[in-house]
Amino acid sequence: MKHTLSILVNNHPGVMSHVSGLFTRRGYNIDSIAVGVTDNADVSSMTIVLNGDDFIVGQVKNQLLKLPDVLRVQDMAYASSVQRELVLISFSITEVNRSEALTICNGFDVKILEMTEDSLLIEFSGNSRQVSNIISVLKPFGIREISRTGQIAIAYRNQNAV
Amino acid sequence: MSSTTEAITGGRLMVELLEEAGVEIVFGYPGGAILPFYDELYHSKKIKHILVRHEQGAIHMAEGYARSTGKLGVCIATSGPGATNLITGLTDAKLDSIPILAITGQVSTDAIGTDAFQEADIFGITIPITKYNALIKKADDLSRHFEEAIKIAMGGRPGPVLLDFPKDVQLEKTTVRKASSLKIAPHHYERPKVKGDPQEFAEALNQAKRPLLYVGGGAINSFASAEIKALAEKANAPVTTTLMGLGAFPGTHPLSVGMLGMHGTAYANKAVLECDYILNLGARFDDRVAKYQDFAPNAVRAHVDIDAAEFNKRINVDHILHGDLKDAIREILPFVKGGDRTSWIENIQNLKKNHPLDFDNSGDSIKPQDFLQRVYAKTKGEAIVSTDVGQHQMWAAQYYLFDKPNTWLTSGGLGTMGYGLPAAIGAKFGNPDKTVICVTGDGSIQMCIQELATIAQSQLGVKILLFNNNFLGMVRQWQELFYEERFSESQWTYNPNFVKLADAYGIPAMRIEHKSEIEKGVEFFLKDNGSALIEVMIPAEEKVFPMIPAGKSQQDLIEFKDLGKLKK
Repeated sequence: MKHTLSILVNNHPGVMSHVSGLFTRRGYNIDSIAVGVTDNADVSSMTIVLNGDDFIVGQVKNQLLKLPDVLRVQDMAYASSVQRELVLISFSITEVNRSEALTICNGFDVKILEMTEDSLLIEFSGNSRQVSNIISVLKPFGIREISRTGQIAIAYRNQNAV
Repeated sequence: MSSTTEAITGGRLMVELLEEAGVEIVFGYPGGAILPFYDELYHSKKIKHILVRHEQGAIHMAEGYARSTGKLGVCIATSGPGATNLITGLTDAKLDSIPILAITGQVSTDAIGTDAFQEADIFGITIPITKYNALIKKADDLSRHFEEAIKIAMGGRPGPVLLDFPKDVQLEKTTVRKASSLKIAPHHYERPKVKGDPQEFAEALNQAKRPLLYVGGGAINSFASAEIKALAEKANAPVTTTLMGLGAFPGTHPLSVGMLGMHGTAYANKAVLECDYILNLGARFDDRVAKYQDFAPNAVRAHVDIDAAEFNKRINVDHILHGDLKDAIREILPFVKGGDRTSWIENIQNLKKNHPLDFDNSGDSIKPQDFLQRVYAKTKGEAIVSTDVGQHQMWAAQYYLFDKPNTWLTSGGLGTMGYGLPAAIGAKFGNPDKTVICVTGDGSIQMCIQELATIAQSQLGVKILLFNNNFLGMVRQWQELFYEERFSESQWTYNPNFVKLADAYGIPAMRIEHKSEIEKGVEFFLKDNGSALIEVMIPAEEKVFPMIPAGKSQQDLIEFKDLGKLKK
């Protein structure tokens, strides 16, 4: 089962190694990891997606909380948080399928960043399922390059408002 | 942050911080990248520096010192190879929760990352094996990192910390220094409040008919011996300890059932099978003790630990108290009732009678168990005993009964051969008035044998009991029992003359080979306060029993008397 952990850490060099090393050392696989500084320059936020049952995730949480630089660990339930990922995709188009590609882009709420004679560079954000979805829809066109940020998440303030 | 008026160098500040924290002794080895610090240490009147022969020796000495005194152990190494030689000891201290501060020199900050001479990324290397580590980039940061490091090493579940100290930072001047309240004295640090319900916790114990206390190394770190004794006596509950917990409860106490686990006593392991309530006090359900989820299959399980990450990690438990062991027991004691446990205690006595620790002492050869019993008798159980790793370690654990905490020094979690000799040296520096014995084997001692020089140089009264079977005994035992006697690379076809070797270091030494020499040997070994090495030749085929074969559980315990069955 996929879990999304939102972790607040001190913004020190080496903290990322400490956290990711903890996963490596215990044989837990990280699906994605995204890090950025918060409004407080001393604190960074990490979002880690991992696959594991409740026991494994509980272990991970406990071990993370032992690290002196880890300030908070939150297991983000899908229903009570918003989860997003940004993807940049460059793919091939031809004269024949150009309008089809543009229709798809419109339908998906995609931002077009560059269009050349034979290619489109687009930006899309959504939850991981939606991101995977658009990738598979565009695949037949011929994907040239993909860059995904990995998932970030934040909990809704009102946990009943879902 | 407060400031001093006078700017001093980082090296000087480090020495002053160590002095203020109460550090009296450090174990180390100088080198280029740590020289400015050593230059300042030269002027210190409060800190004694012990020059070792290998950095691994330095950190094991610091561990032995820490374990036997309850204080912080401090070791120093230079950059690169000096620092990497600390790796084994850091890992050892991490697994056994020993408070260690390692200070390593580092190349100058402008050279870091250039593959400079004697550069190693010791910060990166030690991330998984320290509780905390830091690269000090500015002298202004030193005081903050130092405070953090000491608090983390000593506080909560103790462990090793490392400060990497670049050469230019040692020379850089600073006025920034925190007003220090740090102390390396035992139990100086504030303990987190105990979480959980002590009353409910005690109720489960009260309801038990066959309770068993299972005491681990956390009991030593928490100085909880008196509380454990009070709890055991009030509840009338037998006590078994892990390898790391030896001494936390008196081994001679009528309620003691000795050590449990792979080479624990048969009665302890059988008690685990029969108990209806098991209370884990500062142990971690280590895989050498609790192999499977069906550990203590008939028991309600309860666990007290300072490290929340240990709960339900390997074995699921029914009741949890999170906090310092000493405090936790104090909180549950008022709710504990006596109860009639006569039949359970009788049962335990019968187990002890019917399944004693046993060995065959009929021949002319010297049996290590016999020798250890005599050493125990002669020292009246008052010695501090360190061991290396292997058969001798288990015999010492079984046959030297530990009555007091902080008297048993062994590498439990990592199983580090080479630990024993330097750990004994560290313990002797911390306890100059006590008899300190290193029990070792011919394989183990050769891993840090160069530290004989440290003994000689300091004229230190460390006693070395070397059991020699010209084999890696424990490896041989496994090969004999589980690999059809294929003794692949476990035999020493060359061993040095250990007596002459000790002689070369000026350490009095003697070899004995026959039973008739035992008394003379023990006498020689323990006759005064000076150092001595006794080499006791033992039969290669002597084995450690009982044993639970690797991967098996308590039900599969093999006792000495089962050996015949096993061989078929």
